[in-house]
Parts: sequence; structure tokens; C-alpha cells
Amino acid sequence: MSETPWYNRGLFSSLNLRQKTLLTICLTASVLLIIFICGTLINANLPTDFTIKMQPPSFEHPFGTDWMGRDMLIRTIKGLSLSIIIGIGASIISSIIAIILAFIASMNSKCDEFVSWLIDLFASIPHILLIMMISISLGKGAFGVIMAVAFSHWVNLTRVLRAEVLQINTSEYVALSKRFGKSRFWIAKEHILPLVLSQIFVGTLLVFPHAIMHESSVTFLGFGLSPHEPAIGIILSESMTYLAMGAWWLAFFPGVALLIVVLLFDIIGDNLKRLYDPSEANK
Amino acid sequence: MELKANNISFSYNKNRHILKDASISVESNQIIGLMGDSGSGKSTLCKILSGYISNYTGEVTLDGKPIPDKDFYPVQLIFQHPEKTMNPKWKMEKVLNESWQVSQELKDTFGLKDSWLTRWPSELSGGELQRFSILRALNPKTKFIIADEISTMLDAVTQVQIWEALISHCKANNIGILAVSHDPELLEVFCDDILKFDEINNL
Repeated sequence: MSETPWYNRGLFSSLNLRQKTLLTICLTASVLLIIFICGTLINANLPTDFTIKMQPPSFEHPFGTDWMGRDMLIRTIKGLSLSIIIGIGASIISSIIAIILAFIASMNSKCDEFVSWLIDLFASIPHILLIMMISISLGKGAFGVIMAVAFSHWVNLTRVLRAEVLQINTSEYVALSKRFGKSRFWIAKEHILPLVLSQIFVGTLLVFPHAIMHESSVTFLGFGLSPHEPAIGIILSESMTYLAMGAWWLAFFPGVALLIVVLLFDIIGDNLKRLYDPSEANK
Repeated sequence: MELKANNISFSYNKNRHILKDASISVESNQIIGLMGDSGSGKSTLCKILSGYISNYTGEVTLDGKPIPDKDFYPVQLIFQHPEKTMNPKWKMEKVLNESWQVSQELKDTFGLKDSWLTRWPSELSGGELQRFSILRALNPKTKFIIADEISTMLDAVTQVQIWEALISHCKANNIGILAVSHDPELLEVFCDDILKFDEINNL
């Protein structure tokens, strides 16, 4: 352990690992929450003001302004909160799909084979291609993107859940429960669900970064959200036109902000995983 | 009531039989002991009698009728390792009451402390857990108990305590017991009859 993470040094060194993990989760979650709340409260229909168009970052406009004189900080935060909404929608739907499929797989060996085949099928198609196709066929927009990301990201969680459920189903306490005359549904609800709940939770959170990244990339390519919405993907693709003119701030700050949001979600997911599965923390 | 197994044959792999035409019968007022070497198939026979294994040949009957598989199974197996038969994410109270609402009186006879009920399975010792797994098997619908080495990991005092409580309850409620053990001294203390596993298994 020569490399100590930031939370092991200085100010936080008096806390134990559990407290540090909790602190990290709280801090990152509150940053995301602030971005999200600000984004929903801000009215992004900024008036165009050509007297301040294309200004580089200053104290008045920390992220600069675009070619119509709109403040990029406000647009970026609005875009991030949009990304977070899409992330929430996509990860919840994909987790629901994963739970249902894992439950189906546990029914019998035929169902299990079918689900495994479905997992292999979806895992073999490139994500971005699948997302573009689903998004277009559902009429693009936020709904299309959410569905597209959800239907391409259930694979990992399903794989994990299926394996877990298989293992739990062979345990003696499930066999005993069957001898007690409990129904299959009762066993799934009472025995299996509490054991896989942490996996579901962590799995849902870890879809977030993927959802946000894919939303932006698919919007950037023009298959996602409509151009009037200030999504990060839209901001980035619009900035392409002005990059050659030296307006680097149009792409730089929104891009970095997106990266930070994705990283924050990743940190929350990893730390939650440690909390739920302490043996993981020692690896 | 009579639990009867007729000509049971079973093999884990095709080439090697572990049970061949084994027959055994237990009356509900009896305590039958079963002795045998390690790996001879005692536990397999127990699992067949209590419905955990279904792909055997032969028949298991209760009063001459086959045992319905869907509802509560009247032949309950108590395992050797109680810690494996409890969901690690369940509190002991839920574990105890999974099959039926265990009465306070019975909890007292088995020396179950109320403070144990709020703990997780990993926080109790093997002897404490075994009391739980015995109690939840004593559902009013239970007609026979198969005790597969239930006291091997307990000290002598706890063994006596648990067996005495179990036997007195079974006598009072007309539940038959098939007790499996390595230990002939233990079986001789309370069994009506002791069977050698080699003699009932025609291998």
C-alpha cells in the first residue's frame, strides 16, 4: 500500500475506512444533487445577447459565452442535469429488465438457456450501434435515448444476478424452504431478493456513467436529444463549428464537467460496493 | 403411522450405486437408530426419505400412500450443519418462524434465549443454531423427524439436553424419529432399535 488515496491523507486520516467511505459517498452524492437541483431550477431559455457573444472565460462568465451570447456555465449545468435525469431513467429501467430476466432464468434450465442466449446476443452487438437503432426507432428525444440505453445495458447486471441466483438456489436453506411448502415466488421474494439487493443497487449505480456517456455521444452524433435542448452532446457538437475559430472554452468546460459527473457516479458506485461487500475492499 | 421405504436404489453417477434395494421402516411411536461408515450413503438415504432427492427408484410411502410433494413435507430432515441451512441475511426470529409460529413453551424447553432472536446466524454458535433448526422442523404437520448426525458437533452436555427435549416432544406428539449417527453409545441410550446401514443396503 505505497499509494494512499486522497481520503487517507491529511484532514481525513483520523477517520476509519468505513467512515471515509461514507464521507466520500455523501460528498459526491451532494455535489451531484446540487448540480441536479440547480439544473432543474434554472431556466435555460437564455436571452440571446450579441453584445457579449463569444467571450472567453471571465469572472462574469466562468465558462465563457457562445456565439449567441448565452452563458455557458448555465447551459452546461442544465445539460448535466438533463444527463442525470436520463441516467436515472435508463439505469432504473435496465435494472428492472435485469431483475425480471434473472428471475426467469431461475425458473428452469430451458429458461436459463434462453436468457444466456439473450445475454450473449446483446453483448455481441456494439452498444453505440444498438443505441442509435433503438433511439431512432422510438422517435429519438429523451424517451428514445432512455429506452435505448436501458435496452443495451441490462446485460452486465443480468449476468451477475443470474449467477448469484443460481448459487443461492442450490443452497440448503432454499431446499429446506421448499420442504416447508413455500412457493417459488415466496422463496424468490424472501430468500433470494435480500441476498442480491446490494448487487442490484450497485449494478444500477454503475450503469449511470455508461448511460450519461452514451447519451452524450449519441446526441453528439445527432441520434439523441433534439437540438433545442441544451444537452451536453448538443453543446459539444455545436461547439465543433467554432473550435477552429479558437473558441476552445465552448467544448473544454462542458466536456470536463461531463467527465467529472461520470467520475463522481463511478466513485459512488465503487464505494457503495465496498460498503456492501467489505471483502472487496481488501483487494 | 408408518414411514416406509421400499427397495430404494440410487446412484450419483451411472457406474457406481450408492443405494441398492435398501428398505427401512419407522413407526411413529418409535425411535430408530441408523449406524454406518462415512460415505456409505446414510445421508443420501435421509435425503430420499425427506424428499430432497427425487430421481431415485423404489418408493417412499407414509401409511402406504406416496407423500405429496407440493405442500409442507411431513418428513422433515434436520441437517448436520445448521449454519448452512439458514439464510445469512435473515434475523434468527425469521429463521425460527419460517415454517410455523414456534410456541414460547417449546422455546423454553429447548433453552432458546429471547436475546438470540435479534441476531444474525453468523453471530450464534453451532449448538445454538442447531436448536433453531430442530425447533422449526417440529411443525405440527411434521410426522417424522430424520436427524442426520444432528449432535456431532456438540459437547456431551448439550447433546443430552437437545436429545432429551426432542425425544420428549416427539413422544408427546406421536412423531417418529430416525436418528443417524456414528456413535453407537449415543444411539443405545435412547433408540428402540438400532439398524446397521450395511445390513439394509444390499450393495
